[in-house]
Amino acid sequence: MNRSAILIITLLILAAPLSLSVSHAQATEFYVLNWQGYGSDEPWAIAQFEEAHNVTIVHDYFTSLDEMLTKLITSPGVYDAVEMNIAYLQPALEDGLIQPIDVSQITAWEDIPETFRNLPELAQGGDSIYGIPWTYGATSLVYNTDVFPDGINTLSVLWDPQFAGQVGMIDAYEDASILAGLYTGAVENPAAPTEDDIPTIQSSLETLAANVRTYWASEDEFNRLFESGEISLGVYWSGSAARARNAFNLPLEFVIPEEGAIGWVDVWTIAADAPNPELAVEWLNFMNDPEFYLEWDRVAGAPVPANSVTFEQLPEDSYTRQLFSDTSVLNRLAFQTYIPAETREALLEMWQEVKLFAS
Amino acid sequence: MFTTPLRRWLAFAPAYMWLILFAFVPLVIMLGFSFLSDVPFGRREPYLTFDNYASFFERALYQRLLGNSLGIAAWTTIGCLIIGYPLALVLARVIKGRWQAALFLLMIVPFWSSSLIRIYAWVSVLQRGGVIAQALGLFGIEIESLLYTYSSIIVGLVHAFLPYMVLTVYVAIDRIDRAYFEAAASLGAHPWRTFVKILFPLSLPGVLSGIILVFIPAVGAFVEPRLLGGPQGQTLGTVIEDLFVESFNWTLGAALSFVMLVVVLLLLVGVVILTRLRSRQT
Repeated sequence: MNRSAILIITLLILAAPLSLSVSHAQATEFYVLNWQGYGSDEPWAIAQFEEAHNVTIVHDYFTSLDEMLTKLITSPGVYDAVEMNIAYLQPALEDGLIQPIDVSQITAWEDIPETFRNLPELAQGGDSIYGIPWTYGATSLVYNTDVFPDGINTLSVLWDPQFAGQVGMIDAYEDASILAGLYTGAVENPAAPTEDDIPTIQSSLETLAANVRTYWASEDEFNRLFESGEISLGVYWSGSAARARNAFNLPLEFVIPEEGAIGWVDVWTIAADAPNPELAVEWLNFMNDPEFYLEWDRVAGAPVPANSVTFEQLPEDSYTRQLFSDTSVLNRLAFQTYIPAETREALLEMWQEVKLFAS
Repeated sequence: MFTTPLRRWLAFAPAYMWLILFAFVPLVIMLGFSFLSDVPFGRREPYLTFDNYASFFERALYQRLLGNSLGIAAWTTIGCLIIGYPLALVLARVIKGRWQAALFLLMIVPFWSSSLIRIYAWVSVLQRGGVIAQALGLFGIEIESLLYTYSSIIVGLVHAFLPYMVLTVYVAIDRIDRAYFEAAASLGAHPWRTFVKILFPLSLPGVLSGIILVFIPAVGAFVEPRLLGGPQGQTLGTVIEDLFVESFNWTLGAALSFVMLVVVLLLLVGVVILTRLRSRQT
């Protein structure tokens, strides 16, 4: 193979991403960017929206929120509606990737609890709103009700040497750092630790490491560990806890302990150069429509809806409903917020060291 | 119609194109990334830097992880040799005909399934109340979990890479001219002596390729260590995966991958040189 042939092949590879934006220019398609399998790509929902608005929905997916930002940066004018964690509204706005939303056009806006509407992340210090809360959930303590029949209401069990080797810890550096901050009470804003907080967090997590049986990374992994009795305590996602109880009958209880827990809020946004901004507003309304949401929850299991009207219509026996109907729970959640890239990198390095040297 | 060199070129072209497109080009792109301060997307303004490589040498963490990866790969290779060599020997010299095919099939069939399924199978064998624990329970022996130990990682990896060792060693043994063994026997050599003096030395090329085929992928393994090793399973591979998937730090991830590649290549070059020297002496 000669040099020019190699050059041509290389150019072809590099040009491949361009074809996406070129082909888009002449099509009447509506581009949605979200996690895969996260409600918006339910086939029945797509069919419903496509029929109602005479469009073709094209889904694109990301596997990390940083990848979501990268996709928005590299493909301006392609995406219409974009789903993200509120923590990422700040970098998205700083890079000029999202546009303000006229909340008077958002049907469910008044039905979203003030706790969420007043989150500073939504307005980013200005008057406009950039994201419409859609789902939320908690990452917190779970325990085996057979092993702890009296219940637990404190994070300190995870650190208690009595329970060494029984803890299934989540393998996520941000979550671990926030929990350590909540447990020690020595971090000013546990939801957004700074580099000054790292020594406190690190020594706390090193103590925790002695109790950790393993660091899990997926729902399936956690359920297996729990079912086989490898772990009887752990840190888990609220939505997964509900599924573990309903679908797998695991003797598991999810608690938001007295120290608090991690909360996360996901929003829908409209891309800055969205080709179809009016349609995007319709999409946002569709996503927060109780009819869509309840069907999603019924068919696939959904997180907690931010729309209180939807929440009220969840089935009586819904575990999600039991967990979050007490509104005081919301006040005990440390909602994940923007952590600057340098701090995140330092937290990740700290977490890698904790896992390697303290285990 | 075509001249011979052109015809040969055409015959090999698809293979080379494939290699260049899917192996060489991505590798070059990754090598490029490893010298950048950030991925060259959007408004980011990356510049050339050696920082990614410097962080490998500055942080004890990465060196320790590399040590873990090499250690796991070494034990895996040893395990594959201990189990694989006798297996290949028996397959090549003792078992014949239909049984040989059946044994090969038994060894290969599990590999038609996904590697994740095999790992999860090991989880249910090793875990608390798992297959081994229940079997021992029948004899009144109570054991805790065997999962999340260093040995459980090695067990999973040996299982994953064993066929490479068995197949390469089998081919090497099978190729040895039978006349050697007949000559040895007619001269009254004890079978053990025949093995030490003839069979084993002549099978060494197969052993060497087996070692290479097992060791290289085992250094980069991250799924088995993560799922079977728990906290013991921290390797350079798991951290590289995190850097790409979790924290979108492709540049550091790429640099660490190339450090691993260079270390593995150096080790292999060392092994090859050593074996050449030895074969020259004999």
